[in-house]
Amino acid sequence: MSGAADTTTPKLRIRGLRKAFGAKQVLDGIDLDVPAGTSLVVIGGSGSGKSVLIKCVLGLIEPDEGTIELDGKNLLAMDREGRERAVATMGMLFQNGALFDSLPVWENVAFGLLARHRVGRREARERADAVLAQVGLAPSVGDLWPSELSGGMQKRVALARAIAAAPDLLFFDEPTTGLDPIMGAVIDGLIVDVVKRLGSTAIAITHDMASARRIADSVAMLHKGRIVWQGAPETLMASGNPIVDQFTHGRREGPITMELRR
Amino acid sequence: MGRLLDAVAALGRAVIAAARQCGRITLFAADGVSQIVRPPFYPRMVARSLAEIGYFSLPVVALTAVFTGMVLALQSATGLARFSAETQIASLVVLSVTRELGPVLAGLMVAGRAGAAMAAELGTMRVTDQIDALTTLSTNPMKYLVAPRLLAGAIALPLLVVVADILGVLGGYIIATLRLGFNGHVYLENTLNFVETQDVVSGLVKAAVFGFLVALMGCYNGYNSKGGAQGVGSATTAAVVSASVLILAFDYVLTEIFFVR
Repeated sequence: MSGAADTTTPKLRIRGLRKAFGAKQVLDGIDLDVPAGTSLVVIGGSGSGKSVLIKCVLGLIEPDEGTIELDGKNLLAMDREGRERAVATMGMLFQNGALFDSLPVWENVAFGLLARHRVGRREARERADAVLAQVGLAPSVGDLWPSELSGGMQKRVALARAIAAAPDLLFFDEPTTGLDPIMGAVIDGLIVDVVKRLGSTAIAITHDMASARRIADSVAMLHKGRIVWQGAPETLMASGNPIVDQFTHGRREGPITMELRR
Repeated sequence: MGRLLDAVAALGRAVIAAARQCGRITLFAADGVSQIVRPPFYPRMVARSLAEIGYFSLPVVALTAVFTGMVLALQSATGLARFSAETQIASLVVLSVTRELGPVLAGLMVAGRAGAAMAAELGTMRVTDQIDALTTLSTNPMKYLVAPRLLAGAIALPLLVVVADILGVLGGYIIATLRLGFNGHVYLENTLNFVETQDVVSGLVKAAVFGFLVALMGCYNGYNSKGGAQGVGSATTAAVVSASVLILAFDYVLTEIFFVR
């Protein structure tokens, strides 16, 4: 897939993406480029459309308008098989882990391998153990059930599942939500490590500014369905954009609060 | 006049909503059935669903069948005594059980047990993003979650009804011989002489349809549940109620098809 793309083509290019749920316009003309091999963090308030943006790229939600190009090819113009092949090159870490609670940990990690690559169960188990080791978990964890794991371990397992098939494009939805600061830093470190090792392109969405600065090569602020600012993580805390400044500093007063008061 | 128009408009909206819901369920069923016959197949999921729907429902279906057979024998004894036709108890029990009560009561029991469990499981998977996670792992949720359950429902319930038929007749036999003083050999002979292949086959076909309906409503309501715990609870209730109503409605339709010339 990447062979068709030249060096100037971003891994992911989004243009004019719109999505409404009833009268609520959640995405209102998103334009975004994510160069290959980089990590973009999208920040924004609750309900700003961050998760909807990712779900549109993954094909979980059908957008109303716009284009989503992966290596220069419009995903929305592809037939079902083409879209499935494209999604097979992506991995996703869900906010709550979304582990399959009817399967043991190792089958969760190997699920994509078993389903997508048709490997045998013995080989899948060996590969699951290897991926679990990459996220700092012992092979014995593979025999546990998701309900037996702590929140931090569940996030690690979910990360292992997302990277098991070595995807080209990785999505992280609120990777540190619900974790203590130390475990959050550990998960961020793992994300940075695996993205670097796989040479993948990554898109993370988060409220956590510390997490954003650790993961990001670039940060974009989503507000009222639009990208209102994009820049380097070093400039995040002094962006000069009043919306970004209010959000990153957690101020009660500012354009976001004023809109809520209307 | 205004109130009348409002009432007509409300009725129209309700009819349109009902038609839309029927359309959604039909499309969901068509998608699910088409996934049964297209690879890849998930035999482990089919086996798991067969165990959940069939094996684990066996005790409740067995108990229901035995007591139903016993009550039938007792009731028919008092009723048929008015016409001096007590000798017909065996035929009444076996016909009632094989044609109607076996498949209908087993269907209702399975709807309450396995249908509710399906809706709760799929509903929880929906609200915790597990169904979306399947899609991101190149797995069609309809193929992985729904198709095996539809297939298992259509296979498991006829098997349960075979057991229910036998135990229902056994219940009648117990009451007839121990309580009503019938000769056991004669009772069984009457039963076997009176029952026809079509009686049993029609019951098994009904059971296959009811099993499919139970799985369909469990999957449909769970798969489309929204919100959190309340949404899953509503989906579970809707699955049981809709499956129960559909079982009774389809029972009438299938009886017309099989027995009314």
